[in-house]
This record gives sequence, C-alpha cells and structure tokens, in this order.
Amino acid sequence: MIGNFPFVAVVILIGLGIYTLIFKKNLIKIAIGITLIENGTNLFLITLGYRKGAIAPIYTQAPEGVKMVLPTPQALTLTSIVIGVATTALILSIAMILYQKYGTLNTDEIRRLRG
Amino acid sequence: MSSILMHAPALVIALPLLTAFVTPVIGRFNRKTISWFVSFILGLTLLLIIFIANQVLTNGALIYVFGGTEAGLTLPSGYTVPIRIIFHIDGMGIFMGLITAVVSFLAAIYSISFMEQHSGLEKYYTLLLLLATGMFGMELTGDIFNFFVFLEIASIASVALISFRSTLAGEPAEAGFKYMVVSSISALMVLFAIGLFYGQYDVLNMATIASVMQFTQLDKIALVLLVSVLAMKAGSVPMHMWTPDAYSEAPAAITMVLVAASQASLYALFRTTFSLYNVTLNTVTVGWIIIILGILSMFIGVTMAIIQKDIKRLMAYHAISQTGYMLLGVGVGLAVLANPVALENFGIKAMEGGIFHIMNHAMYKGLLFLTAGALFYRTGTRDLNKMGGLANNMMYTTIFFIIGAAAIAGIPPFNGFASKLIIYESVYQFNPLLSIIAMLVSILTLASFVKVFHSAFLGPKLEQYKSVQEVPKSMVVAMATLACIIVFFGLFPDLIVKHIVHPAVMALINQTHYTATILGGI
Repeated sequence: MIGNFPFVAVVILIGLGIYTLIFKKNLIKIAIGITLIENGTNLFLITLGYRKGAIAPIYTQAPEGVKMVLPTPQALTLTSIVIGVATTALILSIAMILYQKYGTLNTDEIRRLRG
Repeated sequence: MSSILMHAPALVIALPLLTAFVTPVIGRFNRKTISWFVSFILGLTLLLIIFIANQVLTNGALIYVFGGTEAGLTLPSGYTVPIRIIFHIDGMGIFMGLITAVVSFLAAIYSISFMEQHSGLEKYYTLLLLLATGMFGMELTGDIFNFFVFLEIASIASVALISFRSTLAGEPAEAGFKYMVVSSISALMVLFAIGLFYGQYDVLNMATIASVMQFTQLDKIALVLLVSVLAMKAGSVPMHMWTPDAYSEAPAAITMVLVAASQASLYALFRTTFSLYNVTLNTVTVGWIIIILGILSMFIGVTMAIIQKDIKRLMAYHAISQTGYMLLGVGVGLAVLANPVALENFGIKAMEGGIFHIMNHAMYKGLLFLTAGALFYRTGTRDLNKMGGLANNMMYTTIFFIIGAAAIAGIPPFNGFASKLIIYESVYQFNPLLSIIAMLVSILTLASFVKVFHSAFLGPKLEQYKSVQEVPKSMVVAMATLACIIVFFGLFPDLIVKHIVHPAVMALINQTHYTATILGGI
C-alpha cells in the first residue's frame, strides 16, 4: 500500500497542473501549471525505476549477489528535466515579451488574435 | 566514400544539427554568406535523404544502430534487451523524410531574399536547422523515447520561430505562447504514455513494444493519450485553436515548414495506430474516431476559412481542412484493417489517397503560403481588403497562386485532384455520405480561393501599389520549384503512387514485417 504513495502524488501533481492550466488566467501561473505536469511525469518515471533493495549499476563496486537497477528510467528523467528547463525558460521569456507589448499578463486582455 | 554513405541516417541528423551551431559563428564574420551556406547544407541533406530513399525503396526497411552493430545488448546473466537507440527507416518514414527535406530546403532558398532585411538572421537559421533536425528525427527514429526528444526539439524551435517577429508587434508572441502551451502538454503526455509502456514491457523500442503488446487497460490509456495529443499537434478540429494563430504570425517560409511539422505529428499518429497497436486494438472504433475527426476538420476548417480577411489566416484554416482529407483516407483504411476483403477492395486505395494527400498538401499549401509571403513582402499587409490589382505587377506570383489554388481545390491537371480523386472513389465504397461531404468541402475551398484571387490580384491598380515589382529571384525560384512538383505530380500520379506512396502504405499496414525486421536477432 505504502509503495503506491508516489503514484498518488503523481496523480495529484498532474491534476493540479491541469486545474491551473484550465482555470488560471495569469501567464506565469500557466507556466507553473506546465511545470507541475512536468514534475508529475518525472516523478512517475522515477517511481517506475525504483526496485526495493537494488543498488546503482556500477559494475566495479557492486558487491556479490546484490541486484542492480537498470538505469534507463533515470536517464529518461534526466533528459526530460533538461528539456523541461528549456521549455520553462522559453515560456517565461515569451510571457515577458507579452508583458512588454500588452502591459498585462491577463489572458482575457491578451486577445488580439481571434476569429 | 561508400563508408561515409553507410552512415547516411546518422548524417541526416548530424549535418543540420551541427550546422545549426556553426551558423552563429559564421554570422559573426560575414552576415551575407549564412543564408547561402544554410541552403547548401539543407540541399546536401536533401541529397542524403534521396540516397536513403533509393536504398529503402529497393532493399526494404533500413535499420541503423547508434554505437553498435546489434540493437540488442546481452547482459552477463544472458538476458537480452533491445537497449540501443536505433533508426528504423521504412517506406512511410522515408516518405515523410522526403517531404521534410524538400520543404526545409526550399524554405532556406526562399528566405535568402525574404529575410534579408531582418536582424538576427543567424538565430533564424539556427532555429530553422533545429526544426529540420527535429522533424527528421521524429520521422526516422525507431525508439519511442528518442521520438519524444525530437518532438521537443521541433516544438521548441518552432515556437521560437513563430514568435521571431515579436520585436515589431505583440501578436507573434501571443501565437507563440499558445503553441508553446499546446506543444509542451502534448510532449509531456507522450512522455507519460512512454512511461506506461516502459513500466509494463521494459523496452522503449517501438517494434519490440508492438510485438509484446498485451492491450491491457494501461495500453488503452496510453492509446488515448497518444491519439489525442498527436491529433492536437497535427491541428485536427476540436484542438485546432493554435493553428490559425501560429501559421499566420510566423514568417511565410517558416509557415511552410510548420505545415510539414504538423504532418510529422500526423505521421506519429499513424505510426501509433498502425505500427504500435495495429489489429490488437478495436480498429473499427478507432478508425471511426479518426474518420469523424477528419470530417469535422474538413468541414469546420473550410467554413471558418470563408469568412477570413487575413490571407494567411484564411490559408491556415484551409490547412486544417486539408488535414481532414488525410485523416479521412487513412481512417477508412484503419476501420477496415481487420477485414481483409474490404482492405483489398478499397482500404489500401483509401490509405494511398490519404498518404498521397500528405505529400501533395505539403507542396501546394507551401506554395500558397509562399505566395502570401510574396504579397506581404511587396505590399506590407496581409489584409485582403487592402490589396487589389496586383496581377499587373506581380505576374509570376499570380501564376504560382493560380497553380496552388487550382491544386488545393482539386482541379484536374494538378496534384490535389490526383489524391482527392483516389480518396473520393475509395471512400465512396466505404460510406457514400463521407465521400459527398469531402466533395462539398472541395467546392467550398474553390469558392474561398476565388475570393482571394479576386480581391488580391484582380481589379484596378491601386494608387499605393503603383511601384510594386515582382519579388526577388530566390523567392521566385522556390515558388517555381514547388509549382513544377505540383504539375509533375498532377500529370503522373500513377508513377508517384506506385513507387513512393504504395511502399509507405504497405509499411503501415504490415505490422508483422515492421516488428520482424527488428526482432531478427532477439
């Protein structure tokens, strides 16, 4: 039972992220929502990679008879985090330009493109 | 020489990727040469893709393993796992690769004159090359996590390119923000689906996942996530809100590449439903979902297009509408996938129509966006009500526009007719109503382009456009190349369908072949 807690956290994080995206009107908060979903996904990957009692796969230092984890999920998560940094930086810089041009961060007022 | 060409699949990625970061350095010394240099590199990439295409179409699917000769790795315990990153290039992948290569090469040629006056050119070309890299990667890779990485590269590059002109006005940044939100959510959901696959099957190789697929509840969730987000990235109707904004605010050459980028997502959608799931899923239901998405995209896209006044926004709505045709053709193929008789009678034909339409659409929609860019270049506006009488001064642009408009409306000697006819014929055998809707949409498309032609090119010469001239040579060359391709495809559709489209369709349908090429040694 307690082993499933990380998955509950994943659901809560992604749910909060989707809530933020749908109901919040501030561009910065939208960026936060995306980051929440991203963290939820990363936590999901990391949890998949966890094996009870297993150690990091360093062949030269492994004691006899101990299980090693396959490091793929960790590698995936690392890649995803790096990509996430780039995404967040880009979103925030675009939000900055929008604030310069429109004088607001409210999505109701940033609506010149329509129809 | 031949030893270098053995690594052609890696070079297709490496060449634009490395050039992307060399470009700013060259820009420091000589600003003028960058555009020619980038066009040369993208031309070289096009040649490489043609070389791979020739190999794939004669010898069958090509597997390229990075950092080894075998895709699998045998652990000391004797456990074999396909862990290496591979490129799995079959008929469908190389078909998309060809489109991407042609489109990005012509975008670079067009940009030589089109972007000349802009500052920050080296950044523009860096992003263009990164976008091309991302698209090639999405289309050629055989590893699902690798697909996610390239998807992100393509989206980040395209967002930056959409908001490239945001120093002048706020709108490009607004369109960029929308596309960024859409594409980061899609990429994260793809990653979540990858997690679901990895958690169950311990592999990331698409062919291996396909061969061990159990179609559990989790696989169904992954299918829903993948289909909905990839349809969103492809700009299908209920999730199309980003398309008109992004297409109309990006520079014209980039819009052409963005069309191809949306199609790369469409390709991934087909790859998921055909190669990853195939007959394990309930093909009738999923096929009908894709058909309904297609019909909605066709109809809503074209009705929204008719009322537009901004020329690029109008064309963007047409792009949504044309995506509907591809979804319709391939959706019909998917709906009858489990029924060999129907598949043989009209299913394969419908898919050929849908897949052929992808290539045709990239060509004529690219041409139309380039003519819109040419009009913008000379008049400085995209508003149709402010244009008029331009046919007198811009003869070549007018001719190219007529060719593009005739092709999109499906008028006989051009390529749009060839693929639409195949779709009409085969879909009629599946369900006559769908075919009738498709024809109706085609008529509405023609109506809307007659309106554009009338308000932009015909009528008396306007005072403020007295001194307007034809656009510079590089732009004419890019448009002329596309026009030639359109006419050639329209005149010899059988040749193209037989040699390029049919292998692509077979690569999608034949899942056992897809998995067997990978699993040979495992």
